[in-house]
Amino acid sequence: MARRAAPEVNAGSMADIAFLLLIFFLVTTTIETDSGISRKLPPPVDEQEKPPILKEKNIFVVEVNKNNDLLVEEAPMELSELRAAAVAFLDNGGGKGDDACNYCQGAKDPASSDNPTKAVISLRNNRETSYATYIAVQNELVAAYNELRNRVAMQLYNKTFIQMEKDLNDVNYPGNKEKLKDQIKRIQELYPEKLSEAEPKK
Amino acid sequence: MSKFKKKKSGDLPAISTASLPDIVFMLLFFFMVATVMRENTLMIENKLPVANQVEKLDKKNLVMYIYAGKPSSRYKSSAGTQARIQLNDKFAEIEEIAPFVLAERASKREEEIPFLITALKVDGETNMGLVGDIKKELREVQALKINYTTRIGDAADNLK
Repeated sequence: MARRAAPEVNAGSMADIAFLLLIFFLVTTTIETDSGISRKLPPPVDEQEKPPILKEKNIFVVEVNKNNDLLVEEAPMELSELRAAAVAFLDNGGGKGDDACNYCQGAKDPASSDNPTKAVISLRNNRETSYATYIAVQNELVAAYNELRNRVAMQLYNKTFIQMEKDLNDVNYPGNKEKLKDQIKRIQELYPEKLSEAEPKK
Repeated sequence: MSKFKKKKSGDLPAISTASLPDIVFMLLFFFMVATVMRENTLMIENKLPVANQVEKLDKKNLVMYIYAGKPSSRYKSSAGTQARIQLNDKFAEIEEIAPFVLAERASKREEEIPFLITALKVDGETNMGLVGDIKKELREVQALKINYTTRIGDAADNLK
């Protein structure tokens, strides 16, 4: 008995099937954004508890009014200048004695902040401020902190702060993670992120 | 009369489409791998602002999403034109955030609860008043880790 060879399956319509699936996935795909600016909110406060008293010169007031204008220390400023102004304030190191800052490279102006550990940025916004403007300002302030942290991290550990945080989350990081965690903590202590967000004014 | 006809020089040979399935399959696999199915159907406009100092959120299962923005055109007649909050698949009032956070917490394992992050996906044109109210509610229920979800880009573009 002669065995007949099986007839070849016609693959001509495979492309059509593949196209159908392709179009389905094209339509359903939404590239989700899952990155953003991480912040920590302050815990709820007791009404009785008095806020700590801060020196006026250690507070850097950034205000965004309802017309989305940026006011820094009550003077108008462009968004592009905000980062440099925040860096200059945080890195001023004008303190003496116990408040002296030996790693600051700022102007040491006695009228500006004493020490990065004392300096507070107070961000105020109006209820009618647009969210996009607010995020832009937040972004610049976070950038100022990151710039200073990167600088001190380069000096101490020859690595940027961003890279160190990336390494900490990297499962394949070859080095000692405990040590890295301590190093990150140390830099965070040198330039603590003291960004206070006031309740929006009416 | 010649026996061999000369080929007409003007006729182009047909392009072979034999490799078309391969190309299509390649695209198909790309989209299959890259697709993330949306969890929530958005009922609001959600054009996120841009920022460049961003951190990536890993561990998707530990993130809860709060959306806010103006209702999209389909829902304008029923939900109005003012910015609203969306939780899961429906519009919500500001008081519903606390129960929502507590419900999300209850659905997670106990050891995961300290690592929960609230991602705020807020439309760029929303007023800060609403965002401030959301933040206030989150503080009340001790959901202090938040993330302002943004697209990646130059922050100055927000002001345009």
